[in-house]
Amino acid sequence: MHELPITESILRIVLKHAEANSVRKVKTIYLKIGRLSDLQDEWIQRYFDYLSKKTVAEGARIVIERTPVVMQCNGCSASYEWEVSKMDEVVCPACGGKSSTLLSGREYTIKEMEAQ
Amino acid sequence: MEGIRLIEVKEDILSDNNKMAGEIRERLRIAKTLLLNLMSSPGSGKTSFILRTIDGLKGSLRLGVIEADIDSVVDAEKVAALGIPAVQLRTGGFCHLDAAMVTQGIEALPISDLDVVIIENVGNLVCPAEFDTGAHRNVMILSVPEGDDKPLKYPLMFSVCDLLVVNKIDFLSLSDFNIALLRERVLALNPRIKILEVSCKTGAGIPDWIDWLKAEAAGFNP
Repeated sequence: MHELPITESILRIVLKHAEANSVRKVKTIYLKIGRLSDLQDEWIQRYFDYLSKKTVAEGARIVIERTPVVMQCNGCSASYEWEVSKMDEVVCPACGGKSSTLLSGREYTIKEMEAQ
Repeated sequence: MEGIRLIEVKEDILSDNNKMAGEIRERLRIAKTLLLNLMSSPGSGKTSFILRTIDGLKGSLRLGVIEADIDSVVDAEKVAALGIPAVQLRTGGFCHLDAAMVTQGIEALPISDLDVVIIENVGNLVCPAEFDTGAHRNVMILSVPEGDDKPLKYPLMFSVCDLLVVNKIDFLSLSDFNIALLRERVLALNPRIKILEVSCKTGAGIPDWIDWLKAEAAGFNP
């Protein structure tokens, strides 16, 4: 739902790095976004196409890698990946404990970009 | 033809917001003002809850309110009518508040004269969970008519909150809402969360919330 402000942020960061690296054209932008985020990939690209018009990032393709939800068991300290669709029944696969803490799954990172 | 280069960026997309949120937290910590971010679905009773809070505090804490309901001044007017400093942010259809908007709200309030500021976030269980507002504590209201399956649908919201207030418990006898199951689901996501049951209609459970709020505020201004 909030793809627009996120996309504005992405463009701002991309243009900053493009300028610092004397880029003429940004080709591809690689993002890492946690699976707990509700962002819709197609809307990010659509907003980006709109916002990036007449910048060096116009026409760039956005590739999104979804990073898994990683939990850590509060009982035995084992860390493990968990499906977002099963977040209401988190059970540690090592000891069966039902109390865990979220380690990652909320990332919002621009990893790298391909440019000329 | 120039070749294609790979440029390492490694930047958090939300870093500007997170930095500004950190500045808000620090500024209010110095001012000894506790900032609470109150989140929920539309219609869960956020405004009634704030009105109950004003009533329950009986002036024992100096409260301010930042309202962020989409393009409406009604909520802020209700609060201001009770003599509480309130500022209405016009979020213009935005689905969430960010730290920049909260900064505007804080600048419009007499922060040094307040013990607690409550942000009434936009009614939505998705987006507000992703944006750090600069609050010291995140509080969520879930009302009984919304159902006990909400942790399954909005896990992030339940993960980021320090306190869950289950409102409209006067509806429990009319619904198949299973409060024990809700507790189990919420605690599986967030073992540190505290859960209170209230009814803004009957006033049940409100004293427990007032006690929680006073204890948190006391930690800020010993």
